[in-house]
Amino acid sequence: MSNSFMSNWVYTPIVKEHFMNPHHLWKEEDNFEPNGIGEVGSLACGDQMRVGILVKDDKIKDLKWLTYGCASAIASTSMMSDIAIGMTLDQAYHITPTMITEALGGLPEHKFHCSVLGDKALRAAIDDYLEKNKMPNPYKNSIAKIICECKNVTDMQIEELVKSGKAKTLEDLQQLTGYGTGCGKCKAQVQDLFEDFKHIYSK
Amino acid sequence: MDNRIVYLDNNGTTQMADEVVKAVDQAEFLYGNASSMHGLGRDAEAAIEVARTQVASLIDCKHGRIIFNSGASESNNTVFNIFRDRIDDKIDARTRIVTTVIEHPSIIETVKYLKKKGYRIDECPVDKTGRVDLDVMAKLMGPDVALVSVMTGNNETGTIQPVDEIARLAHACGAYMHTDATQAIGKIPVAMEKSGFDYLSLSGHKFYGPKGVGVLAVAKNAPYCPFLHGGHQEQGLRAGTYNTAAIVGIGVASSLAQRDLKVEHDRLWNLREMLRKGLTEAIPSVVVNGATNPEYILPGTLDMSFPSAEGESILLYLDLEGIEVSTGSACASGSLEPSYVLLASGIDIELAHGSIRFSFGRYNTEDDVRYVIEKMPPIIERLRKMSTR
Repeated sequence: MSNSFMSNWVYTPIVKEHFMNPHHLWKEEDNFEPNGIGEVGSLACGDQMRVGILVKDDKIKDLKWLTYGCASAIASTSMMSDIAIGMTLDQAYHITPTMITEALGGLPEHKFHCSVLGDKALRAAIDDYLEKNKMPNPYKNSIAKIICECKNVTDMQIEELVKSGKAKTLEDLQQLTGYGTGCGKCKAQVQDLFEDFKHIYSK
Repeated sequence: MDNRIVYLDNNGTTQMADEVVKAVDQAEFLYGNASSMHGLGRDAEAAIEVARTQVASLIDCKHGRIIFNSGASESNNTVFNIFRDRIDDKIDARTRIVTTVIEHPSIIETVKYLKKKGYRIDECPVDKTGRVDLDVMAKLMGPDVALVSVMTGNNETGTIQPVDEIARLAHACGAYMHTDATQAIGKIPVAMEKSGFDYLSLSGHKFYGPKGVGVLAVAKNAPYCPFLHGGHQEQGLRAGTYNTAAIVGIGVASSLAQRDLKVEHDRLWNLREMLRKGLTEAIPSVVVNGATNPEYILPGTLDMSFPSAEGESILLYLDLEGIEVSTGSACASGSLEPSYVLLASGIDIELAHGSIRFSFGRYNTEDDVRYVIEKMPPIIERLRKMSTR
Protein backbone atom coordinates (compact mmCIF):
# COMPACT_ATOMS: atom_id res chain seq x y z
CA MET A 1 0.00 0.00 0.00
CA SER A 2 2.33 2.71 -1.08
CA ASN A 3 2.53 5.10 -3.95
CA SER A 4 5.34 7.27 -5.06
CA PHE A 5 3.75 10.66 -4.60
CA MET A 6 6.39 13.30 -4.00
CA SER A 7 4.35 15.27 -1.48
CA ASN A 8 3.83 14.62 2.21
CA TRP A 9 0.68 12.84 3.28
CA VAL A 10 -2.32 14.92 4.41
CA TYR A 11 -1.52 14.25 8.08
CA THR A 12 1.64 13.37 10.01
CA PRO A 13 3.32 9.96 9.60
CA ILE A 14 2.04 8.97 13.07
CA VAL A 15 -1.55 9.73 12.04
CA LYS A 16 -1.02 7.73 8.87
CA GLU A 17 0.29 4.74 10.82
CA HIS A 18 -2.71 4.79 13.20
CA PHE A 19 -5.12 5.29 10.30
CA MET A 20 -3.69 2.34 8.40
CA ASN A 21 -3.31 0.07 11.41
CA PRO A 22 -5.55 1.28 14.22
CA HIS A 23 -4.74 0.00 17.71
CA HIS A 24 -7.28 -1.69 20.04
CA LEU A 25 -10.10 -1.73 17.54
CA TRP A 26 -13.29 -3.30 18.93
CA LYS A 27 -13.69 -6.39 16.78
CA GLU A 28 -16.75 -8.57 17.06
CA GLU A 29 -14.70 -11.76 17.31
CA ASP A 30 -12.85 -10.43 20.39
CA ASN A 31 -15.92 -10.97 22.59
CA PHE A 32 -14.78 -7.99 24.61
CA GLU A 33 -16.93 -7.44 27.69
CA PRO A 34 -16.44 -3.90 28.97
CA ASN A 35 -17.79 -2.68 32.29
CA GLY A 36 -18.20 0.90 31.05
CA ILE A 37 -19.30 2.24 27.66
CA GLY A 38 -19.32 5.82 26.40
CA GLU A 39 -20.44 7.32 23.12
CA VAL A 40 -20.16 10.81 21.63
CA GLY A 41 -20.92 12.42 18.29
CA SER A 42 -23.45 11.38 15.69
CA LEU A 43 -23.49 10.03 12.17
CA ALA A 44 -25.22 13.21 11.07
CA CYS A 45 -22.30 15.37 12.17
CA GLY A 46 -19.85 13.04 10.48
CA ASP A 47 -18.04 11.72 13.56
CA GLN A 48 -19.14 9.21 16.14
CA MET A 49 -17.10 7.27 18.70
CA ARG A 50 -17.93 4.43 21.04
CA VAL A 51 -15.44 3.46 23.73
CA GLY A 52 -15.66 0.39 25.93
CA ILE A 53 -13.44 0.08 29.01
CA LEU A 54 -12.60 -2.77 31.28
CA VAL A 55 -11.84 -1.29 34.70
CA LYS A 56 -10.03 -3.35 37.30
CA ASP A 57 -8.49 -2.08 40.55
CA ASP A 58 -9.29 1.52 39.62
CA LYS A 59 -7.29 1.16 36.40
CA ILE A 60 -8.12 0.96 32.68
CA LYS A 61 -7.11 -2.65 32.16
CA ASP A 62 -8.36 -2.78 28.61
CA LEU A 63 -10.08 -0.47 26.15
CA LYS A 64 -11.65 -1.00 22.76
CA TRP A 65 -13.27 1.46 20.41
CA LEU A 66 -15.31 1.99 17.27
CA THR A 67 -15.27 5.13 15.16
CA TYR A 68 -17.27 6.48 12.28
CA GLY A 69 -15.32 9.40 10.94
CA CYS A 70 -12.43 10.84 9.02
CA ALA A 71 -8.80 9.73 9.14
CA SER A 72 -7.93 12.05 12.03
CA ALA A 73 -10.97 10.80 13.99
CA ILE A 74 -9.80 7.22 13.56
CA ALA A 75 -6.16 8.01 14.35
CA SER A 76 -6.96 10.15 17.39
CA THR A 77 -9.19 7.48 18.93
CA SER A 78 -6.49 4.91 18.29
CA MET A 79 -3.88 7.14 19.94
CA MET A 80 -6.21 7.79 22.88
CA SER A 81 -6.45 4.03 23.43
CA ASP A 82 -2.64 3.75 23.56
CA ILE A 83 -2.47 6.57 26.10
CA ALA A 84 -5.34 5.41 28.30
CA ILE A 85 -4.64 1.71 28.76
CA GLY A 86 -2.88 1.17 32.07
CA MET A 87 -3.85 4.56 33.47
CA THR A 88 -5.77 5.06 36.70
CA LEU A 89 -9.31 6.36 36.27
CA ASP A 90 -8.15 9.70 37.61
CA GLN A 91 -5.38 9.96 35.01
CA ALA A 92 -7.58 8.71 32.19
CA TYR A 93 -10.30 11.19 33.02
CA HIS A 94 -7.83 14.01 32.57
CA ILE A 95 -6.63 13.08 29.07
CA THR A 96 -7.08 16.16 26.89
CA PRO A 97 -7.44 16.62 23.12
CA THR A 98 -4.11 18.46 23.23
CA MET A 99 -2.35 15.40 24.69
CA ILE A 100 -3.76 13.22 21.92
CA THR A 101 -2.95 15.74 19.20
CA GLU A 102 0.60 16.21 20.41
CA ALA A 103 1.17 12.47 20.55
CA LEU A 104 0.01 12.32 16.92
CA GLY A 105 2.60 14.92 15.94
CA GLY A 106 -0.09 17.56 15.41
CA LEU A 107 -3.34 17.94 13.47
CA PRO A 108 -4.64 20.74 11.24
CA GLU A 109 -6.45 23.42 13.27
CA HIS A 110 -9.89 22.69 11.80
CA LYS A 111 -9.57 19.01 12.70
CA PHE A 112 -8.73 19.59 16.34
CA HIS A 113 -12.29 20.41 17.45
CA CYS A 114 -14.37 18.13 15.29
CA SER A 115 -12.35 14.97 15.18
CA VAL A 116 -10.59 14.60 18.53
CA LEU A 117 -13.48 13.14 20.47
CA GLY A 118 -11.80 10.07 21.96
CA ASP A 119 -11.14 11.75 25.31
CA LYS A 120 -14.81 12.70 25.62
CA ALA A 121 -15.97 9.20 24.78
CA LEU A 122 -13.53 7.83 27.33
CA ARG A 123 -14.86 10.18 30.04
CA ALA A 124 -18.39 9.11 29.16
CA ALA A 125 -17.29 5.48 29.56
CA ILE A 126 -15.74 6.19 32.97
CA ASP A 127 -18.92 8.05 34.02
CA ASP A 128 -20.91 5.02 32.88
CA TYR A 129 -18.68 2.62 34.81
CA LEU A 130 -18.97 4.61 38.04
CA GLU A 131 -22.70 5.06 37.66
CA LYS A 132 -23.33 1.39 36.94
CA ASN A 133 -21.35 0.42 39.99
CA LYS A 134 -23.03 3.11 42.10
CA MET A 135 -19.70 4.65 42.88
CA PRO A 136 -19.16 8.37 43.49
CA ASN A 137 -17.78 10.36 40.56
CA PRO A 138 -15.11 12.63 41.95
CA TYR A 139 -13.77 13.59 38.52
CA LYS A 140 -16.73 15.18 36.86
CA ASN A 141 -16.18 18.65 38.26
CA SER A 142 -12.43 18.43 38.64
CA ILE A 143 -11.79 19.27 35.00
CA ALA A 144 -14.21 22.15 34.76
CA LYS A 145 -12.77 25.47 33.60
CA ILE A 146 -14.50 28.77 34.31
CA ILE A 147 -15.41 30.50 31.08
CA CYS A 148 -17.73 33.27 32.29
CA GLU A 149 -16.14 34.78 35.36
CA CYS A 150 -19.01 37.14 36.17
CA LYS A 151 -21.61 34.38 36.40
CA ASN A 152 -19.24 31.54 37.24
CA VAL A 153 -20.16 29.38 34.25
CA THR A 154 -17.84 26.46 33.46
CA ASP A 155 -17.17 24.64 30.20
CA MET A 156 -18.53 21.46 31.81
CA GLN A 157 -21.81 23.19 32.57
CA ILE A 158 -22.11 24.33 28.98
CA GLU A 159 -21.23 20.84 27.77
CA GLU A 160 -23.86 19.27 30.04
CA LEU A 161 -26.59 21.69 28.97
CA VAL A 162 -25.90 21.10 25.28
CA LYS A 163 -25.51 17.34 25.72
CA SER A 164 -28.83 17.02 27.59
CA GLY A 165 -30.61 19.14 24.98
CA LYS A 166 -31.59 21.76 27.55
CA ALA A 167 -29.69 24.46 25.68
CA LYS A 168 -30.61 24.20 22.03
CA THR A 169 -29.69 27.78 21.20
CA LEU A 170 -27.32 30.37 22.58
CA GLU A 171 -30.36 32.20 23.95
CA ASP A 172 -31.37 29.07 25.91
CA LEU A 173 -27.86 28.86 27.25
CA GLN A 174 -27.89 32.48 28.34
CA GLN A 175 -31.25 32.09 30.09
CA LEU A 176 -30.04 28.99 31.90
CA THR A 177 -26.63 30.27 32.95
CA GLY A 178 -26.69 34.04 32.58
CA TYR A 179 -23.39 33.92 30.69
CA GLY A 180 -22.27 37.13 29.06
CA THR A 181 -24.66 39.31 31.01
CA GLY A 182 -21.89 40.78 33.16
CA CYS A 183 -18.81 42.22 31.46
CA GLY A 184 -19.60 40.29 28.28
CA LYS A 185 -15.96 39.37 27.61
CA CYS A 186 -16.71 35.64 27.46
CA LYS A 187 -19.29 35.85 24.67
CA ALA A 188 -17.07 34.83 21.75
CA GLN A 189 -15.54 31.94 23.70
CA VAL A 190 -18.94 30.68 24.85
CA GLN A 191 -20.19 30.87 21.29
CA ASP A 192 -17.23 28.78 20.06
CA LEU A 193 -17.71 26.19 22.80
CA PHE A 194 -21.43 26.06 22.12
CA GLU A 195 -20.83 25.39 18.42
CA ASP A 196 -18.27 22.69 19.22
CA PHE A 197 -20.56 20.91 21.68
CA LYS A 198 -23.54 21.23 19.34
CA HIS A 199 -21.45 19.57 16.68
CA ILE A 200 -20.40 16.76 19.00
CA TYR A 201 -23.72 16.09 20.69
CA SER A 202 -26.49 17.08 18.30
CA LYS A 203 -28.33 14.03 17.07
CA MET B 1 4.23 -2.88 -4.68
CA ASP B 2 2.79 -1.36 -7.77
CA ASN B 3 2.70 2.36 -8.27
CA ARG B 4 -0.47 2.36 -10.22
CA ILE B 5 -2.45 5.60 -10.28
CA VAL B 6 -6.07 5.59 -11.34
CA TYR B 7 -7.17 9.18 -11.70
CA LEU B 8 -10.95 9.45 -11.25
CA ASP B 9 -11.24 13.11 -10.37
CA ASN B 10 -11.68 14.52 -13.86
CA ASN B 11 -14.55 16.79 -12.76
CA GLY B 12 -12.00 18.39 -10.45
CA THR B 13 -9.48 18.91 -13.20
CA THR B 14 -7.98 16.96 -16.07
CA GLN B 15 -4.60 15.95 -17.35
CA MET B 16 -3.61 18.02 -20.39
CA ALA B 17 -3.90 16.17 -23.67
CA ASP B 18 -0.59 15.38 -25.41
CA GLU B 19 -1.68 17.53 -28.33
CA VAL B 20 -2.27 20.42 -25.92
CA VAL B 21 1.07 19.96 -24.18
CA LYS B 22 2.80 20.04 -27.57
CA ALA B 23 0.97 23.17 -28.66
CA VAL B 24 1.66 24.96 -25.37
CA ASP B 25 5.30 23.94 -25.60
CA GLN B 26 5.62 25.30 -29.14
CA ALA B 27 3.96 28.53 -28.05
CA GLU B 28 7.17 29.44 -26.24
CA PHE B 29 8.26 30.94 -29.55
CA LEU B 30 5.18 33.16 -29.47
CA TYR B 31 6.59 35.22 -26.65
CA GLY B 32 5.80 38.56 -28.23
CA ASN B 33 3.07 40.57 -26.56
CA ALA B 34 -0.02 39.91 -28.64
CA SER B 35 -0.93 43.58 -28.30
CA SER B 36 2.30 44.72 -29.97
CA MET B 37 2.49 45.81 -33.61
CA HIS B 38 5.80 44.11 -34.40
CA GLY B 39 6.16 40.73 -36.02
CA LEU B 40 6.46 38.65 -32.85
CA GLY B 41 3.42 40.43 -31.44
CA ARG B 42 1.44 39.81 -34.62
CA ASP B 43 2.39 36.11 -34.60
CA ALA B 44 1.12 35.77 -31.04
CA GLU B 45 -2.07 37.59 -31.95
CA ALA B 46 -2.61 35.33 -34.95
CA ALA B 47 -2.24 32.23 -32.75
CA ILE B 48 -4.78 33.67 -30.31
CA GLU B 49 -7.24 34.30 -33.12
CA VAL B 50 -6.91 30.68 -34.27
CA ALA B 51 -7.72 29.58 -30.73
CA ARG B 52 -10.69 31.94 -30.64
CA THR B 53 -12.11 30.30 -33.75
CA GLN B 54 -11.53 26.83 -32.29
CA VAL B 55 -13.43 27.65 -29.09
CA ALA B 56 -16.21 29.44 -30.97
CA SER B 57 -16.68 26.43 -33.21
CA LEU B 58 -16.91 24.10 -30.19
CA ILE B 59 -19.67 26.08 -28.47
CA ASP B 60 -21.54 27.28 -31.56
CA CYS B 61 -21.02 31.03 -31.53
CA LYS B 62 -19.31 33.69 -33.61
CA HIS B 63 -15.56 34.10 -33.27
CA GLY B 64 -15.97 37.66 -31.97
CA ARG B 65 -18.17 36.64 -29.05
CA ILE B 66 -15.35 34.86 -27.20
CA ILE B 67 -13.55 36.68 -24.37
CA PHE B 68 -10.50 34.90 -22.99
CA ASN B 69 -9.89 35.16 -19.26
CA SER B 70 -8.53 33.19 -16.29
CA GLY B 71 -11.34 30.64 -16.07
CA ALA B 72 -14.99 30.02 -15.32
CA SER B 73 -14.82 31.54 -11.82
CA GLU B 74 -13.84 34.84 -13.41
CA SER B 75 -16.50 34.40 -16.10
CA ASN B 76 -19.22 33.79 -13.51
CA ASN B 77 -18.12 36.74 -11.39
CA THR B 78 -18.05 38.95 -14.49
CA VAL B 79 -21.65 38.10 -15.40
CA PHE B 80 -22.97 38.77 -11.90
CA ASN B 81 -20.97 41.99 -11.79
CA ILE B 82 -22.57 43.20 -15.02
CA PHE B 83 -26.03 42.77 -13.54
CA ARG B 84 -25.09 44.20 -10.19
CA ASP B 85 -24.05 47.35 -12.07
CA ARG B 86 -27.24 47.41 -14.11
CA ILE B 87 -29.36 47.11 -10.98
CA ASP B 88 -27.31 49.84 -9.27
CA ASP B 89 -27.61 52.11 -12.31
CA LYS B 90 -31.38 51.48 -12.53
CA ILE B 91 -31.02 50.79 -16.28
CA ASP B 92 -34.57 49.40 -16.20
CA ALA B 93 -37.09 48.13 -13.67
CA ARG B 94 -35.37 44.76 -13.47
CA THR B 95 -33.90 44.26 -10.00
CA ARG B 96 -33.96 40.51 -9.46
CA ILE B 97 -31.63 37.62 -10.36
CA VAL B 98 -32.75 33.99 -10.50
CA THR B 99 -30.32 31.11 -10.09
CA THR B 100 -30.28 27.67 -8.41
CA VAL B 101 -29.12 26.13 -5.13
CA ILE B 102 -26.60 23.83 -6.84
CA GLU B 103 -24.41 26.27 -8.75
CA HIS B 104 -20.61 26.27 -8.51
CA PRO B 105 -19.18 28.11 -5.45
CA SER B 106 -18.10 31.01 -7.69
CA ILE B 107 -21.83 31.72 -8.10
CA ILE B 108 -23.14 30.47 -4.73
CA GLU B 109 -20.66 32.65 -2.82
CA THR B 110 -21.23 35.64 -5.11
CA VAL B 111 -24.96 35.27 -4.48
CA LYS B 112 -24.41 35.13 -0.71
CA TYR B 113 -22.30 38.26 -0.91
CA LEU B 114 -24.80 40.15 -3.07
CA LYS B 115 -27.74 39.11 -0.89
CA LYS B 116 -25.91 40.43 2.16
CA LYS B 117 -25.58 43.72 0.30
CA GLY B 118 -29.34 43.76 -0.20
CA TYR B 119 -29.73 42.49 -3.77
CA ARG B 120 -32.77 40.35 -4.57
CA ILE B 121 -31.76 36.89 -5.69
CA ASP B 122 -33.92 33.76 -5.83
CA GLU B 123 -32.34 30.32 -5.80
CA CYS B 124 -34.48 27.68 -7.45
CA PRO B 125 -34.52 24.33 -5.58
CA VAL B 126 -33.83 20.98 -7.26
CA ASP B 127 -35.55 17.61 -7.00
CA LYS B 128 -34.13 14.31 -5.66
CA THR B 129 -32.17 13.80 -8.86
CA GLY B 130 -30.58 17.24 -8.54
CA ARG B 131 -32.60 18.64 -11.43
CA VAL B 132 -34.43 21.97 -11.53
CA ASP B 133 -38.21 21.63 -11.72
CA LEU B 134 -39.30 23.75 -14.69
CA ASP B 135 -42.66 24.57 -13.08
CA VAL B 136 -40.93 25.99 -10.03
CA MET B 137 -38.49 27.86 -12.26
CA ALA B 138 -41.39 29.28 -14.29
CA LYS B 139 -42.97 30.62 -11.10
CA LEU B 140 -39.77 32.48 -10.27
CA MET B 141 -39.84 34.37 -13.57
CA GLY B 142 -41.32 37.85 -13.83
CA PRO B 143 -40.97 41.27 -15.39
CA ASP B 144 -38.51 42.26 -12.64
CA VAL B 145 -35.98 39.53 -13.50
CA ALA B 146 -32.76 40.84 -15.04
CA LEU B 147 -30.69 37.64 -15.22
CA VAL B 148 -31.25 33.91 -15.03
CA SER B 149 -28.14 31.84 -14.33
CA VAL B 150 -28.26 28.03 -14.36
CA MET B 151 -25.35 25.62 -14.83
CA THR B 152 -25.51 23.15 -17.72
CA GLY B 153 -24.27 20.13 -15.77
CA ASN B 154 -23.44 19.79 -12.09
CA ASN B 155 -19.90 19.01 -10.97
CA GLU B 156 -20.87 16.71 -8.09
CA THR B 157 -23.93 14.73 -9.11
CA GLY B 158 -23.40 15.19 -12.85
CA THR B 159 -27.05 16.12 -13.23
CA ILE B 160 -27.82 17.97 -16.48
CA GLN B 161 -30.20 20.92 -16.21
CA PRO B 162 -32.93 21.74 -18.75
CA VAL B 163 -31.06 24.90 -19.76
CA ASP B 164 -32.64 25.24 -23.22
CA GLU B 165 -36.11 25.37 -21.68
CA ILE B 166 -34.91 27.70 -18.92
CA ALA B 167 -33.41 30.03 -21.56
CA ARG B 168 -36.82 30.18 -23.24
CA LEU B 169 -38.50 30.97 -19.90
CA ALA B 170 -35.93 33.70 -19.22
CA HIS B 171 -36.33 35.27 -22.63
CA ALA B 172 -40.13 35.08 -22.42
CA CYS B 173 -40.01 37.48 -19.49
CA GLY B 174 -37.30 39.63 -21.03
CA ALA B 175 -34.41 38.44 -18.85
CA TYR B 176 -30.92 37.48 -20.01
CA MET B 177 -29.73 33.87 -19.71
CA HIS B 178 -26.33 32.73 -18.44
CA THR B 179 -25.11 29.15 -18.20
CA ASP B 180 -21.97 27.86 -16.57
CA ALA B 181 -21.15 25.08 -19.02
CA THR B 182 -17.78 24.23 -17.45
CA GLN B 183 -18.61 20.60 -16.62
CA ALA B 184 -20.53 19.92 -19.81
CA ILE B 185 -17.87 20.87 -22.36
CA GLY B 186 -16.52 17.87 -24.22
CA LYS B 187 -19.09 15.56 -22.61
CA ILE B 188 -22.40 16.67 -24.12
CA PRO B 189 -23.21 19.06 -26.98
CA VAL B 190 -23.17 22.70 -25.88
CA ALA B 191 -24.58 25.19 -28.39
CA MET B 192 -24.65 28.84 -27.41
CA GLU B 193 -26.63 30.25 -30.35
CA LYS B 194 -28.95 27.31 -30.85
CA SER B 195 -29.83 27.26 -27.15
CA GLY B 196 -30.13 31.03 -27.01
CA PHE B 197 -27.68 31.64 -24.17
CA ASP B 198 -26.64 35.25 -23.67
CA TYR B 199 -23.61 34.30 -21.59
CA LEU B 200 -21.64 31.08 -21.30
CA SER B 201 -18.73 30.27 -18.96
CA LEU B 202 -16.12 27.58 -19.42
CA SER B 203 -12.65 26.60 -18.13
CA GLY B 204 -9.84 25.05 -20.17
CA HIS B 205 -8.59 22.64 -17.52
CA LYS B 206 -11.83 20.68 -17.33
CA PHE B 207 -11.42 19.36 -20.86
CA TYR B 208 -7.69 18.58 -21.14
CA GLY B 209 -6.60 22.17 -21.67
CA PRO B 210 -4.29 24.24 -19.47
CA LYS B 211 -5.24 25.56 -16.03
CA GLY B 212 -5.75 29.29 -15.53
CA VAL B 213 -7.45 29.97 -18.84
CA GLY B 214 -11.14 30.14 -19.63
CA VAL B 215 -13.77 31.87 -21.66
CA LEU B 216 -16.80 34.01 -21.22
CA ALA B 217 -18.86 34.01 -24.40
CA VAL B 218 -21.22 36.96 -24.66
CA ALA B 219 -24.09 37.10 -27.18
CA LYS B 220 -24.18 40.06 -29.56
CA ASN B 221 -26.80 42.20 -27.87
CA ALA B 222 -26.16 41.17 -24.29
CA PRO B 223 -24.92 43.94 -21.97
CA TYR B 224 -21.29 43.84 -20.92
CA CYS B 225 -18.86 45.71 -18.74
CA PRO B 226 -15.32 44.61 -17.88
CA PHE B 227 -14.59 42.94 -14.56
CA LEU B 228 -10.89 43.77 -14.85
CA HIS B 229 -10.18 47.30 -16.02
CA GLY B 230 -6.95 48.74 -17.31
CA GLY B 231 -6.08 47.40 -20.72
CA HIS B 232 -7.25 47.39 -24.30
CA GLN B 233 -6.94 43.61 -24.68
CA GLU B 234 -10.02 41.80 -25.96
CA GLN B 235 -11.34 45.11 -27.33
CA GLY B 236 -11.09 46.56 -23.86
CA LEU B 237 -13.42 43.89 -22.50
CA ARG B 238 -10.84 42.12 -20.35
CA ALA B 239 -7.61 43.72 -19.22
CA GLY B 240 -4.36 41.84 -18.70
CA THR B 241 -1.55 40.70 -20.98
CA TYR B 242 -2.61 37.75 -23.12
CA ASN B 243 -1.64 34.35 -21.72
CA THR B 244 -0.74 33.26 -25.23
CA ALA B 245 0.47 29.72 -24.50
CA ALA B 246 -2.61 28.88 -22.41
CA ILE B 247 -4.95 30.38 -25.00
CA VAL B 248 -3.30 28.31 -27.73
CA GLY B 249 -3.78 25.31 -25.44
CA ILE B 250 -7.47 25.89 -24.83
CA GLY B 251 -7.91 26.26 -28.60
CA VAL B 252 -6.35 22.87 -29.29
CA ALA B 253 -8.35 21.32 -26.43
CA SER B 254 -11.53 22.73 -27.99
CA SER B 255 -10.76 21.14 -31.35
CA LEU B 256 -10.13 17.77 -29.69
CA ALA B 257 -13.34 18.07 -27.67
CA GLN B 258 -15.34 18.86 -30.77
CA ARG B 259 -13.74 16.07 -32.80
CA ASP B 260 -14.23 13.39 -30.12
CA LEU B 261 -17.51 14.46 -28.54
CA LYS B 262 -19.70 11.55 -29.61
CA VAL B 263 -17.07 8.87 -29.07
CA GLU B 264 -16.03 10.30 -25.70
CA HIS B 265 -19.61 10.59 -24.49
CA ASP B 266 -20.31 6.92 -25.12
CA ARG B 267 -16.95 5.75 -23.81
CA LEU B 268 -17.30 7.71 -20.55
CA TRP B 269 -20.84 6.46 -20.03
CA ASN B 270 -19.75 2.85 -20.54
CA LEU B 271 -16.94 3.19 -18.01
CA ARG B 272 -19.28 4.88 -15.53
CA GLU B 273 -21.89 2.17 -15.91
CA MET B 274 -19.30 -0.57 -15.63
CA LEU B 275 -18.12 0.90 -12.31
CA ARG B 276 -21.65 1.52 -11.02
CA LYS B 277 -22.71 -2.06 -11.74
CA GLY B 278 -19.45 -3.52 -10.43
CA LEU B 279 -19.55 -1.65 -7.12
CA THR B 280 -23.26 -2.23 -6.63
CA GLU B 281 -22.67 -5.96 -7.02
CA ALA B 282 -19.50 -6.12 -4.93
CA ILE B 283 -20.54 -3.90 -2.00
CA PRO B 284 -23.73 -4.32 0.03
CA SER B 285 -26.12 -1.37 0.47
CA VAL B 286 -24.64 1.37 -1.69
CA VAL B 287 -26.65 4.35 -2.87
CA VAL B 288 -26.23 6.06 -6.24
CA ASN B 289 -26.79 9.82 -5.96
CA GLY B 290 -28.23 12.08 -8.63
CA ALA B 291 -30.17 11.34 -11.79
CA THR B 292 -30.57 7.83 -13.21
CA ASN B 293 -31.92 8.76 -16.65
CA PRO B 294 -28.84 8.73 -18.91
CA GLU B 295 -30.11 11.80 -20.73
CA TYR B 296 -30.01 13.79 -17.50
CA ILE B 297 -26.50 12.93 -16.41
CA LEU B 298 -23.01 13.85 -17.55
CA PRO B 299 -21.61 10.60 -18.91
CA GLY B 300 -18.44 10.33 -16.79
CA THR B 301 -19.82 11.23 -13.37
CA LEU B 302 -20.75 8.69 -10.71
CA ASP B 303 -21.63 9.87 -7.21
CA MET B 304 -22.20 7.10 -4.68
CA SER B 305 -22.76 6.89 -0.94
CA PHE B 306 -21.48 4.11 1.28
CA PRO B 307 -23.49 4.15 4.52
CA SER B 308 -21.46 3.61 7.72
CA ALA B 309 -18.22 4.55 5.98
CA GLU B 310 -17.11 8.17 6.06
CA GLY B 311 -16.04 9.93 2.86
CA GLU B 312 -12.64 11.30 3.85
CA SER B 313 -11.54 7.93 5.20
CA ILE B 314 -12.70 6.20 2.02
CA LEU B 315 -10.90 8.81 -0.08
CA LEU B 316 -7.63 8.40 1.83
CA TYR B 317 -7.71 4.59 1.83
CA LEU B 318 -8.38 4.71 -1.93
CA ASP B 319 -5.51 7.17 -2.29
CA LEU B 320 -3.20 4.69 -0.57
CA GLU B 321 -4.10 2.33 -3.43
CA GLY B 322 -3.45 5.05 -5.98
CA ILE B 323 -7.14 5.68 -6.70
CA GLU B 324 -7.88 9.40 -6.80
CA VAL B 325 -11.47 10.50 -6.11
CA SER B 326 -13.32 13.26 -4.31
CA THR B 327 -15.92 13.28 -1.52
CA GLY B 328 -18.88 15.35 -0.39
CA SER B 329 -17.99 14.74 3.25
CA ALA B 330 -17.64 17.71 5.58
CA CYS B 331 -14.26 16.47 6.77
CA ALA B 332 -12.68 16.98 3.40
CA SER B 333 -14.10 20.46 2.95
CA GLY B 334 -12.71 21.99 6.13
CA SER B 335 -16.21 22.94 7.28
CA LEU B 336 -18.68 21.10 9.49
CA GLU B 337 -21.26 20.76 6.71
CA PRO B 338 -21.14 18.18 3.96
CA SER B 339 -21.69 19.08 0.29
CA TYR B 340 -24.43 21.67 -0.21
CA VAL B 341 -25.17 20.19 -3.62
CA LEU B 342 -25.99 16.78 -2.16
CA LEU B 343 -28.00 18.27 0.72
CA ALA B 344 -29.91 20.51 -1.70
CA SER B 345 -30.67 17.43 -3.78
CA GLY B 346 -32.44 15.94 -0.77
CA ILE B 347 -29.71 13.45 0.01
CA ASP B 348 -29.67 12.40 3.65
CA ILE B 349 -26.92 14.10 5.66
CA GLU B 350 -25.37 10.77 6.72
CA LEU B 351 -25.23 9.65 3.11
CA ALA B 352 -23.64 12.96 2.13
CA HIS B 353 -20.86 12.37 4.67
CA GLY B 354 -20.24 8.98 3.07
CA SER B 355 -20.35 10.12 -0.55
CA ILE B 356 -17.64 9.54 -3.14
CA ARG B 357 -17.53 11.07 -6.59
CA PHE B 358 -15.82 9.14 -9.34
CA SER B 359 -15.35 11.22 -12.47
CA PHE B 360 -13.97 9.66 -15.62
CA GLY B 361 -11.94 11.24 -18.38
CA ARG B 362 -10.27 10.60 -21.67
CA TYR B 363 -7.41 8.60 -20.24
CA ASN B 364 -9.37 6.13 -18.14
CA THR B 365 -9.67 2.54 -19.26
CA GLU B 366 -11.76 -0.53 -18.42
CA ASP B 367 -8.68 -1.78 -16.58
CA ASP B 368 -8.98 1.22 -14.26
CA VAL B 369 -12.56 0.26 -13.49
CA ARG B 370 -11.58 -3.33 -12.77
CA TYR B 371 -8.84 -2.09 -10.42
CA VAL B 372 -11.33 0.01 -8.43
CA ILE B 373 -13.83 -2.84 -8.27
CA GLU B 374 -11.04 -5.04 -6.88
CA LYS B 375 -9.65 -2.53 -4.34
CA MET B 376 -12.74 -0.82 -3.03
CA PRO B 377 -14.89 -3.55 -1.40
CA PRO B 378 -12.33 -4.47 1.30
CA ILE B 379 -11.90 -0.77 2.12
CA ILE B 380 -15.62 -0.27 2.69
CA GLU B 381 -15.85 -3.52 4.64
CA ARG B 382 -12.96 -2.46 6.85
CA LEU B 383 -14.44 0.97 7.58
CA ARG B 384 -17.86 -0.51 8.28
CA LYS B 385 -16.36 -2.95 10.77
CA MET B 386 -14.57 -0.03 12.43
CA SER B 387 -17.74 2.05 12.51
CA THR B 388 -20.11 2.66 15.41
CA ARG B 389 -22.86 1.36 13.16
